[in-house]
Amino acid sequence: MTDMSTTYMGFILNSPIIPGASPLVNNLDVVRRLEDAGAPMLIMHSIFEEQLIKEQVSLNWAMEHADYSNFEASTFLPRPEEFRLGPEEYLRHIWKVKSAVSVPVIASLNGYSAGGWVSYARMIQEAGADGLELNIYDMPIDGQRTAARLEEDSLDIIRAVRNAVTIPLAVKLSPFYTSPVNFARRVAQCDVNAVVLFNRFYQADIDIEELAPMPSLQLSTSDDLLLRIRWTAAMYGHIKSDIAITGGVHTAADAIKGIMAGAGALQMVSALLKQGPRHLTMVHKKMTEWMEQHEYQSLSELQGVMSLARMPRPELHERTNYIHILQNWSRD
Amino acid sequence: MTIRLNQKSITIDGNEAAASVAFRTSELAAIYPITPSSNMGELADDWATRHRTNIWGGIPTVVEMQSEGGAIGAVHGGLSAGAICTTFTASQGLLLMIPNMYKIAGELTSFVMHVAARSLATHGLSIFGDHSDIMACRQTGFAILGGTSVQEAHDLAAISTACTLRSRIPFVHFFDGFRTSHELNRVQMLADEDLRGIVRQEWVDAHRNRALTPDKPVLRGTAQNPDTFFQAREACNTFYNQLSAIIPEEMKRFAELTGRSYQAYEYAGDPRADRVVVAMGSGAQTAAETVRYLAERGAKVGCVLVRLYRPFVVDQFVAALPASTKRIAVLDRTKEPGAVGEPLNQDVVAALHEAAQSFDLPMGNMPEVIGGRYGLSSKEFTPAMVKAVLDELAKEHPLRRFTVGINDDVTHLSLAVDNDFDIESPKVVKAMFFGLGADGTVGANKNSIKIIGDETTLHAQGYFVYDSKKSGAMTISHLRFGPEPIKAPYLIRRANFIACHQFEFLEKMDILEAAENGGVFLINAPLAPEDVWGALPVEIQRTIIERHLKLYAIDAGKVARQAGMGGRINTVMQTCFFAISGVLERPEAIAAIKHSIEKTYAKRGEEVVKRNFQAVDKSLENLHAIRVPQTATSQLHQTGFADERMDDFTRRVQSVMMAGKGDLLPVSAFPVDGTWPTGTTRWEKRNIAAEIPVWEPEVCIQCNKCAFVCPHAAIRAKVYEAAQASNAPESFLGVPYKAPDMRGLTYTLQVAPEDCTGCGLCVQVCPAKDRTNPKHKAINLMPQRERRDQERLNYDFFLNIPEVDRSRITRLDAKSSQFLLPLFEYSGACAGCGETPYIKLLSQLFGDRLIIANATGCSSIYGGNLPTTPYTKNRDGRGPAWSNSLFEDNAEFGLGIRLGVLEHMNHARRLLTELGGLLGSQLVDQLLDSPQSTEQQIAEQRQRVKALRQALATIPGNPSVVLAQLADYLVHKSIWIVGGDGWAYDIDYGGLDHVLSLPFDINVLVLDTEVYSNTGGQSSKSTPLAAAAKYASAGKGTAKKDLGLMAMSYRHAYVASVAFGANDNQTVKAFSEAASFHGPSLIIAYSHCIAHGYDLRMGADQQKRAVESGVWPLYRYDPRLVDQGKAPLQLDATVLRGSALDYMQNETRFAMVEKMDSDRFHLLADQAVRNTLQRVALYRELARIVLPQDTAPSPDAAASLDASSASPAIKTGFDGRTNNDGAVKA
Repeated sequence: MTDMSTTYMGFILNSPIIPGASPLVNNLDVVRRLEDAGAPMLIMHSIFEEQLIKEQVSLNWAMEHADYSNFEASTFLPRPEEFRLGPEEYLRHIWKVKSAVSVPVIASLNGYSAGGWVSYARMIQEAGADGLELNIYDMPIDGQRTAARLEEDSLDIIRAVRNAVTIPLAVKLSPFYTSPVNFARRVAQCDVNAVVLFNRFYQADIDIEELAPMPSLQLSTSDDLLLRIRWTAAMYGHIKSDIAITGGVHTAADAIKGIMAGAGALQMVSALLKQGPRHLTMVHKKMTEWMEQHEYQSLSELQGVMSLARMPRPELHERTNYIHILQNWSRD
Repeated sequence: MTIRLNQKSITIDGNEAAASVAFRTSELAAIYPITPSSNMGELADDWATRHRTNIWGGIPTVVEMQSEGGAIGAVHGGLSAGAICTTFTASQGLLLMIPNMYKIAGELTSFVMHVAARSLATHGLSIFGDHSDIMACRQTGFAILGGTSVQEAHDLAAISTACTLRSRIPFVHFFDGFRTSHELNRVQMLADEDLRGIVRQEWVDAHRNRALTPDKPVLRGTAQNPDTFFQAREACNTFYNQLSAIIPEEMKRFAELTGRSYQAYEYAGDPRADRVVVAMGSGAQTAAETVRYLAERGAKVGCVLVRLYRPFVVDQFVAALPASTKRIAVLDRTKEPGAVGEPLNQDVVAALHEAAQSFDLPMGNMPEVIGGRYGLSSKEFTPAMVKAVLDELAKEHPLRRFTVGINDDVTHLSLAVDNDFDIESPKVVKAMFFGLGADGTVGANKNSIKIIGDETTLHAQGYFVYDSKKSGAMTISHLRFGPEPIKAPYLIRRANFIACHQFEFLEKMDILEAAENGGVFLINAPLAPEDVWGALPVEIQRTIIERHLKLYAIDAGKVARQAGMGGRINTVMQTCFFAISGVLERPEAIAAIKHSIEKTYAKRGEEVVKRNFQAVDKSLENLHAIRVPQTATSQLHQTGFADERMDDFTRRVQSVMMAGKGDLLPVSAFPVDGTWPTGTTRWEKRNIAAEIPVWEPEVCIQCNKCAFVCPHAAIRAKVYEAAQASNAPESFLGVPYKAPDMRGLTYTLQVAPEDCTGCGLCVQVCPAKDRTNPKHKAINLMPQRERRDQERLNYDFFLNIPEVDRSRITRLDAKSSQFLLPLFEYSGACAGCGETPYIKLLSQLFGDRLIIANATGCSSIYGGNLPTTPYTKNRDGRGPAWSNSLFEDNAEFGLGIRLGVLEHMNHARRLLTELGGLLGSQLVDQLLDSPQSTEQQIAEQRQRVKALRQALATIPGNPSVVLAQLADYLVHKSIWIVGGDGWAYDIDYGGLDHVLSLPFDINVLVLDTEVYSNTGGQSSKSTPLAAAAKYASAGKGTAKKDLGLMAMSYRHAYVASVAFGANDNQTVKAFSEAASFHGPSLIIAYSHCIAHGYDLRMGADQQKRAVESGVWPLYRYDPRLVDQGKAPLQLDATVLRGSALDYMQNETRFAMVEKMDSDRFHLLADQAVRNTLQRVALYRELARIVLPQDTAPSPDAAASLDASSASPAIKTGFDGRTNNDGAVKA
């Protein structure tokens, strides 16, 4: 019997394939089906502080912008005593998901202000989340801000959150760092349990007829995996935290590659959105079969075998890979 | 005596004061919105939603009905079932209840309704307060008890409840609409425990024991005959007799419980007074305070406050009068034309006479009684007016009938008033704030009153006055603060503090009229402190200098933006008030504001609190004292409203009203019957837009979408011969017109800079982008101030260019419709209003032959609220004729107009036939038979009518004269019934249904905002599932009624559902088809509204979302297609994009339900998504059905059937229809 267990964020999981942060957890029925399909852990969708603030300001504006505009109508909308405008709804949902399943539930936080990161992290811990994934989603579009500054700002946030909560902490990184391995090392030094590679930024398309940006949500494909594999392979053994891959994990082969590169866990979203929770069972099954066929007794045996430190011809993952492909590329 | 000393004191308004008692002492409230009582229902609904309980531990059931008639019907049922019921109403709503009031009283049923007394509509509608409504039900058998203040609205609500339960006589408990219902004042609140003491359980038990129940079956509502009805009617007398004793007893018991003592007839003033005023309502408080003031100074004057009007208890009333009384002036706040005197006056005279017959009058001789009217429609009633009445009483021969508060220069009934007479204590701080509607000024002032009233030892009072506009209205807040209770139910006449929150007001308004010497004047000025003085008009400078005012200024908009508050200046200006008014010490005041901010906004999120705090801190940093020089040197002068181009009436009357001085106009200034000229909004030039659209002709694709969506007709398109612009101002722009239909003409898009409200709808819908900088469109919002003068000139020039000949428009669509002159312009509708583009279109398409019957609501307010009128005329002097009858009868009213016009047309046609030999058969035949389907044909018919008139001038005899009078009716008139969803879906649905069931050529336009917009967004049967609305504050739990489908079921009616933001061409098509259809037509028009809770700049986008998601189907059901073998229902939007949820999540009315109760929202939203899909599926199926041609009788056939059955409704000799060419069938 192949041992598919892994350790991630301090939890022993009986499978490395985790449903990643997505709207799937909004529906408790789906949550239960995910557990039934073998999800060893659930990661909730992110709480976006920026969005909460926008909601507060917008709702307040909508409630009062027309107040007392004429004699007959002092207001135009009811004035309920209570609104759930802060993270309450999210926190309540943590509790609901926790009540629905027995696997660990990891909350996800995308902060905006310095205060927001810490206060929301505390609230999430108090709400009973088993762990927290910080989603560092910082678009470096400000030309005045140096790479060093940007990295320091992120590390400040991570340290602050780490000091604020005791639950296991993962940090989801963007691929756009000048020195990703170095940055991941520094993140890991903040007593972070895991780094998650990588965030997929939403990228608006352009409508060339309307001359307007066009919101687009592209689900990942297995092609997206390569970037993650490369950097996982580079980091494995060099950072003290666990590594999880998110983005591009669709098939058993994808999952095996991820583990081989050094990931301790794999987050799956697009494939589940497309195929439903049962896809999780299938991937797990095929992965197990492959490992049996290839006589891997356990996941730990497989983990990191294709990291840069252990793989044959690591240069193919380095600069030579690029040169080699360019030299062999031709129109024919 | 057991006096409770722990009563809670809070600052609330009269509506809340009454509703608080009503809610806690009821089990069922059946409600319906009507100003100014709507808030009582809102509060009851809100409290029920929050699970607040009544004094018996239950949550009262609050149910909104379809009309006041429905509300009282439900109440009658609830009472019959033994429940303790209540309702809230006013004015016409109370009148709708009268039939049932007789029943409820006749059955001796304990019940209290709470009335915010309001004027009845007569020559005009008025939302304001007087006693004409309660006086109209004095004969129903209800007891009528009313108070003089906010505290009394609370206390008498409780006393009424006790009395009704004890006596079994139902009560109208009233207080003055607006003056009391909307005045904020400090009230000692009755605790539940108090109410349980006041309302005895045994009475409640007795009421329940009278319930209809099969366990103790009885029968009520029998039909009685001459043998018994009379005696049975007299059987209730003892109950009324006992009531006159019960009321004082319960008032006494109330005093024992609370320490607050009331009498049914209460005397104030000198005990040896010889002159006495009698009054009720808030005016009685003014009278009482005035006589106290005068009596303290030696005058022998007094006042009787009448609280109990029905039953009128003779002995108690007479006992209240001092024995020294010689003369009495009875003041009535109502008018009863043709009566011997007004109702209270008649009762006083009758009571004195009755007393004199029954016992010896304490005063010996019968006092002389005179009677006068005051305060109709909340007209100010001041101590000076009370003094004028007392002075009149002192005259040797006082006027027997008089008015006070107006200048009656026609019948000379009015009394002269010394306006300098003032009784207010110098200890009272009086502050006035001039703000712009919705800028937050009123809200902030209400908050200030609560801060001071609830958290200091000072007493506070607030009253708020608005002008007649929905957007950009001027608001004036009147705030008083003082160490003693404030009993001054009238506006401030001398203010220690004046704040002007909108700098533009200084250009035209006399803001400092009430400024007291040495007072403080605070201005919100978008200027650096050193530039403020120089920017003031010289008139303002002079007043500041002459009255030694201390001047302060702040750029509140800038501070608000810095604090992340957008342009909302409420917190900024409130902070400034506290910082410089001296009402509280500054540190104490700032702490109180911050505490209040936390209390108010904490539930809306930390960020909102944080930004408000920032606004407070930055306000203090940016508030500047402005040095006042010794002389006024400004070159700027205030401009008035009068314009030399105005006609005499507009200049003499309306310009005075526009300046806010309408109170000064004498009786002779006014039309005697409420008829008013049209086309006067163009004189207002309100300049309320900070930014206006500016046209870029090079980028423009000339689609006219901007003009189409403009709610205020403030951006217009015109095509004309280039030569017509040869003397145009230099900055006037015109470019070659691009479309092939009128090639060679010049095209101009022009903004009306001073009429635009700056809503931004036009810019949002503009599809043309600069291809090198797509942020830049063909129109872009730019600051108004710097373009005002130039664009004013351009617009004047533009208006003088003649419109294109209507007959040149061969293809009528959204674009070409905008070359037609709008005959509805610059209304007072909200900025970004979703209704007015439809009305404007109506006026463009059919305005010169249009009659509108308008239901009461938003469209009647922006359509007909004085001082000015937005419906206007074309160059020939033709334009829409408009009238508002009532809310509840508009369909029937419009039908009556249709029938009246038809009668005139048929009469003209008969005379034409009769005089045919003299007129020539060619002209007569053409007049009778020519089609009138196109603009060209209508123009030709007008020419024929002109020729007819010329011919008639030479023909002697009465038929010729009559035909000349009626000749214009030979040109087809377009009759439209217009109203909102509250009207069409609810209160007049029965009437609308009936009108649609008839075959007559009548058009109905429903402006569907899905709530009662005018009264503040109460739920109607059009409100969609899951939307929060007033009276459905937890989110409406049932689906929107499908009015269109119901109308289609008649099969002879044309029905269309339109949304201009989604498809403007379909809208134009539907209007044209409805007008050309010779039977009943119904157009249901999606109208975005501020009650939906989003920036209305996005209104058209949201309409598109509604259509694309299937929430709002676009269709046209045309019965004419049946005869063509086609499916009568055509769907105009067939592809679904996105779901109902996508649409809903953009509007706060839905989103707030999610934020209140996510589980409930998702339950309702899922249902809404399913309903939408089901409805789409149903309509798709219906659109496939081709009806057999003989199963859907055409309107013609339907009318024939009616005629053959000699229905009484249409037995009057005309056939009521026109053929397809617009001519009447023989």
